[in-house]
Amino acid sequence: MSTPTSAHAPAGIRETTEGTVYDVTGGDWDEVAAAAARSDDERIIVNMGPQHPSTHGVLRLILEIDGETVTEARCGIGYLHTGIEKNLEYRTWTQGTTFVTRMDYLTPFYNETAYCMAVEKLLGIEDDIPDRANVIRVLLMELNRLSSHLVAIATGGMELGATTVMIFGFRDREHVLDLYELITGLRMNHAYIRPGGLSQDLPPGTVDALREFLKKMKKNLPEYDALCTGNPVFKARLKDIGYLDLAGCMALGATGPILRSAGLPHDLRKAQPYCGYETYDFEVPTVDTCDSYGRFLLRLEEMRQSLRIIEQCIDRLEPGPVMVGDKKIAWPAQLALGPDGLGNSLDHIRNIMGTSMEALIHHFKLVTEGFRVPPGQTYAAVESPKGELGVHAVSDGGTRPYRVHFRDPSFTNLEAMAAMCEGGQIADVIVAVASIDPVMGGVDR
Amino acid sequence: MSDNDNANGNGANGSVPAPRQDAGEVIGVRRGMFGADKGGDTSGYGGLVRTVRLPGASNRPYGSYFDEVADELEGALEEQGLPPGDAIEKTVVDRDEMTFHIAREHLLQVARTMRDDPALRFELCTGVSGVHFPGDKGRELHAVYHLRSITHNRVIRLEVSAPDSDPHVPSVVEVYPTNDWHERETYDFFGLIFDGHPALTRIMMPDDWQGFPQRKDYPLGGIPVEYKGAQIPAPDQRRSYS
Repeated sequence: MSTPTSAHAPAGIRETTEGTVYDVTGGDWDEVAAAAARSDDERIIVNMGPQHPSTHGVLRLILEIDGETVTEARCGIGYLHTGIEKNLEYRTWTQGTTFVTRMDYLTPFYNETAYCMAVEKLLGIEDDIPDRANVIRVLLMELNRLSSHLVAIATGGMELGATTVMIFGFRDREHVLDLYELITGLRMNHAYIRPGGLSQDLPPGTVDALREFLKKMKKNLPEYDALCTGNPVFKARLKDIGYLDLAGCMALGATGPILRSAGLPHDLRKAQPYCGYETYDFEVPTVDTCDSYGRFLLRLEEMRQSLRIIEQCIDRLEPGPVMVGDKKIAWPAQLALGPDGLGNSLDHIRNIMGTSMEALIHHFKLVTEGFRVPPGQTYAAVESPKGELGVHAVSDGGTRPYRVHFRDPSFTNLEAMAAMCEGGQIADVIVAVASIDPVMGGVDR
Repeated sequence: MSDNDNANGNGANGSVPAPRQDAGEVIGVRRGMFGADKGGDTSGYGGLVRTVRLPGASNRPYGSYFDEVADELEGALEEQGLPPGDAIEKTVVDRDEMTFHIAREHLLQVARTMRDDPALRFELCTGVSGVHFPGDKGRELHAVYHLRSITHNRVIRLEVSAPDSDPHVPSVVEVYPTNDWHERETYDFFGLIFDGHPALTRIMMPDDWQGFPQRKDYPLGGIPVEYKGAQIPAPDQRRSYS
C-alpha cells in the first residue's frame, strides 16, 4: 500500500484509531484544487438584459466583472431583428415608407425622409420636390429631434433613479406626439413622408398648435437645466463617464452627439444640406468633454436649436402642393375625412368611378403596380438625432426596391459601448449606454 | 415627324451627356410584364424581354470633385507601386455619385490609401452593404462601402464583387474598425466571408441559423391571410410587376 506503483496517483489514506480512512485529497488533485483557488473568485460574467429595464429595450450586455469593475464588455444584439430590409424587396417603392418608419421607432420621420430622398435621387426628381413639402419635412424632423432627445434624457434619468427627469421628459414628448397625431393621424408608424413629397397636407389648425407648442416648450426646456445641469448628484454620475475621444469616435464611426461631444462640429445638416437646411439659421453645438455629461448638454442645446428651426418653418409655410407634379409618381388620391373616418377622398373616387375611365386605370396601375425606378444605386444620408442615418438603395428598374440597406446610427454607435465601458464601474455602464441612446428597433432592423 | 424624332433623342439643345464607355453591367433579364408569367396574359406584353443593366463606366471628365479624387487615388496607388488599372476595374459616375469598382484583392490597400492620403482623407466609413445579383455571373455578391471625408466634405463609394462559388472579400476592419459589426451583418445576411475579420460570427440571426436570409434565392416566407372573405397570398407569392 505504501509504495504506489500504478500510474494513478494514490488517494489520501490516513490511519486513525477508528481504522483506515480513505479520502479524495492528495495526489494530483491538489494541484487542480490549488489552481482553481488561485483563479480570482471575484471574476463573474453577468448577462445584463435582454430583458433588463436599464438596457434600452432588448439589448443584451455581456459583462465580465471583477468586483465592481467591468473588465470586458460585449453586446448581444439581434433580439428585435424584423427583416424589414428583406420585406421591402417584396413591396412597391411607395409601400417602403410604411416599413422603414418602424425601424428606429423613435425617429420615424428621419427614416422616412432618408428613404424617400434615396428613392427621389434614383428617380432624379430631388429638385422637383415642392417647397412646402420640404418645409414640412424639416418641421417634422426637428419635432422628431425634440421627441427623440426627450426620450434619451428621460430614460437616461430614469436609469439613474431620477424619475422626475423621466416624468418631465415623457410629459414634453407627449406634446410632440400630440402634434404628430394632429398632422399625420398617428403617434408613431406614420408613413407620412412619401417618395415625391408627403401623403397629405397639414390639417387646419396646425400652425396654431405649433405656436402653442413652442410657447410650452420654451417654458419647459429650462426645467431640465434647473433639474440636471447644475445638480451635483447628476454631474457626479455623468461627468467623465462613457469617455470616447475624437480618435475613438472616428475609428468606431460614431456620429451625432457622440462625435460632437468630442469637439468636432460635424453635422450633415450643415455639411451636406438636404431639404433646404442650408437656408435655415441654426447652430451646431459642440463640447469637448467627450463624456456623458457633455452629450446631455448637447442634446439640451440641440433641442433649443430645433425650436429655432421650427419657428422658421412656421414662417415659411406658404400654400402650395406637397407632392411632385409628375402624375406617374404622385399618389393619385389625397386623403380626406369621410363619414367612416379618414380615407381616400370621395371627390377622387367619384371622379375615377363616374367620369374618367383613364383616371381609374391610372389610379389602379399606380396603386397596385407602383412606379418604375431606373436601374442604379444611390446613398442618401440625413442627420438623425443619433447621427448619420444613411440609406443605400439599389434599383433594377422594377417597381420594387432591389435592395435597401439602412446604416442606422444606433447600430454603429453601439459598437463604441465596449470602448466606453471597459475598465469602468458596472453602474457606469448604464450611464454610458444611456448616453449612446441606442434604439434597438434601429440597431436590429 | 422629324420633330418627333428629335424629341425622342438626347435632347434638342445640345445637352447630350458624355457617352459611357460600356453598356453597363448586366444583372439579369426580365420577361413579360404585369407579372402574368403563368399564362392568361392577353395583353400582348407577355413576350417582352428586358435586359437589366446598371449604369456603365464613365469617361472623364467626371465632374464635381470626382476628377480630383480619381487623380489623387490613381496617383497614390501608382506611388505605392500598384498600377491603378489593376486595382480599379472601372469608375462609374451616376446620379452625382462616384463609384470605384475595386478588384477584391486590392480592397484593403485602396481603403488604406483612401483613409491615409491627406488629399483623400476619407476618415469615416459608413459600413458595408451587401447586394446579391444572382444574374450577374461570376460577380454575384457585391459589397458596397460608402466613405465620407469630413475634412474635404465628400462622399464616394467603393464596390467589390465576389462570385457565389468563392464568397470571399478582404476585411477592412484593420483600417476602419467601425466595419466590425457591419461586416458581421453582411456575412450574416449574404454569406460574404470577410477574410481577416477578428470574429466573423452571425450578429442578427441566431448562431445556429441555416442559410443567408437576404440572398435573392432565400424565400421571404409568410402565410396567406384571409381578409374580408378573400385569400391574400403571402407577399412573395403575389404578382410581381418587375
